[in-house]
Amino acid sequence: MAKKKDLDMMDSSAKVKISRGERIFNVFNIIILSLFMIACIYPFWYVICASFSKNTLLMGYRGALLVPQGFSLAAYARVFGTAAIWKGYANTIFIVVVGTALNIFMTLLAAYFLSRKNLPGKTFITVMIMFTMYFSGGMIPGYLNIQQLGLYNSTWALILPCALNTFNLIIMRTAMSGIDASLEESAMLDGAGHMTILWKILVPLTKATIAVLVLYYGVAHWNSWFSAMIYLKDANKYPLQMILRKILILSDLTDAGIGNDDAEMVAETIKYATIIVSTVPILALYPFLQKYFTKGVMVGAVKG
Amino acid sequence: MKREKGSARTAVAKPKRDWSKFRKIIWKNRAVYLMILPVVIYYILFHYKPMYGVIIAFQDYNPRKGVAGSTWVGFKNFIDFFQGYYFTRLLANTLKLSFATLIFGFPVPIILALLINELRSKKFSKMVQTITYMPHFVSMVVLCAMIRQFVAQDGFINQFFQLFGYSGKNMLAVGSLWIPIYVISNIWAGAGWGSIVYLAALTSIDSELYDAARVDGANRWKQTIHVTIPCILPTIIIMLIMRVGQIMGIGYEKTILLYNEGIYDVADIISTYVYRIGLLNREFSFSTAVGLFNSVVNFTLVIIANQISKKTTETSLW
Repeated sequence: MAKKKDLDMMDSSAKVKISRGERIFNVFNIIILSLFMIACIYPFWYVICASFSKNTLLMGYRGALLVPQGFSLAAYARVFGTAAIWKGYANTIFIVVVGTALNIFMTLLAAYFLSRKNLPGKTFITVMIMFTMYFSGGMIPGYLNIQQLGLYNSTWALILPCALNTFNLIIMRTAMSGIDASLEESAMLDGAGHMTILWKILVPLTKATIAVLVLYYGVAHWNSWFSAMIYLKDANKYPLQMILRKILILSDLTDAGIGNDDAEMVAETIKYATIIVSTVPILALYPFLQKYFTKGVMVGAVKG
Repeated sequence: MKREKGSARTAVAKPKRDWSKFRKIIWKNRAVYLMILPVVIYYILFHYKPMYGVIIAFQDYNPRKGVAGSTWVGFKNFIDFFQGYYFTRLLANTLKLSFATLIFGFPVPIILALLINELRSKKFSKMVQTITYMPHFVSMVVLCAMIRQFVAQDGFINQFFQLFGYSGKNMLAVGSLWIPIYVISNIWAGAGWGSIVYLAALTSIDSELYDAARVDGANRWKQTIHVTIPCILPTIIIMLIMRVGQIMGIGYEKTILLYNEGIYDVADIISTYVYRIGLLNREFSFSTAVGLFNSVVNFTLVIIANQISKKTTETSLW
């Protein structure tokens, strides 16, 4: 449909003479958007350049960086040699994989229930779920709850409390509600149970939405650091973001094997190299996944 | 959601007479109730149990004695908070930061989407989208690390402003710059991504509406005002209500990563205060009370926003 609209527009814009005002607007539009793009990209470019620079030259450099100052891989050598970063990567990957699998499982179950019609108790459960979007116990009761459940200092404290996200659940429910009910009804008549209908009919038909949710949940797990900070005591269990926080925010470079003496030598470039090493995997995946992300928002845009 | 309510009502309309039929439906669908069980358990364990835990706000909670054994103090914790030294400062900071992000941050994705929508070249439009979405994928920790680097004394943003006479002091140590830094970095990270939902709404506008407007002699500006904006208004309103619901929950994660004691008087907000008092000083009851105040205000704001929207535009969350 979108394609058809574009064709229509091109068609008519070819026929209708473009006024002077419109032409000026087009030029300004392109300039504004180009500036915005530069603003979006430049910080990344700066980080890349800085990470490859020689630390001493970088420290002395003033103004906008357009190319690396000198060329040095010393910072990367340090970052790749930092065991804590790899340990953090491993922990994060575990959390992302297990957490996302659980998320999808729970979301499918909940969305299936909420997309059924005429089920007794549905209103009650819907209200119970929706209410949590607008009201919560807050940080401290949540924290005490984790302690009471015996999850403190466990990786599961980062996975179980966010086993389901209500926003994502609404996206999934919307997708399932959009599927022709006659398919399910005929399957019912053939004797299919609810589980069969969910796995054999609804899951294949909502694959695109599921892919979107995998991305949403995965990115959320990847980025999460606050729960790790408050629920984990043992630094060995820290996800990558907590290691990054230590190196980048607290400027504690002891993990990278840098004491206070030689900190000056590479400290700045190490930070930039750490940003690159931790961000490139997700940015590299992103162009391939972009269309799913976009699709997801479009599904979610439909009123819940 | 309204429709569902209606359908559920018809299902349980006459509970007494239809009781056996009702039971039959449940039994026939027992598998589906079994499927929803883990979900219900999850919500009880990780959402409703902490909500129950909120009652320690009315106690002098002692972790060893538990909720049952701790002494009740009524509203003492709330009164202490309201009369405390930090109350006005925290409330003012929270509201200032929230409204600044809302007023400056909320329109940007809409404007961006409208501009992208006006692009004639499909390729360029694709490129703008790809590039402006990118900052969204930078994690919060890395985003804050980048901000800290760039606005520090030797950072390039700092140096840029030195050209215009800025003193060169680390910008995160200057209280008056806190909100601009927070808001602008928010826009940087989120505007592109936020525009997707509006772009989606824009592509679903019936092109016949534009044709009709053109026949009536409307130029592109008039088309935008009279066709485009009214068509995406429901989306804008839904997004706005949801944003209002986050006013009191404004980003403590980002604040914790960026602020420092030197600018607490402008940067400290209710949620970061709860974190410090509750988890660092371990004053559980008091911090829970502060948090509860926050949640209640927040909840009230959502209801008010939703009600206003329902009355004026007939668009609402529920």
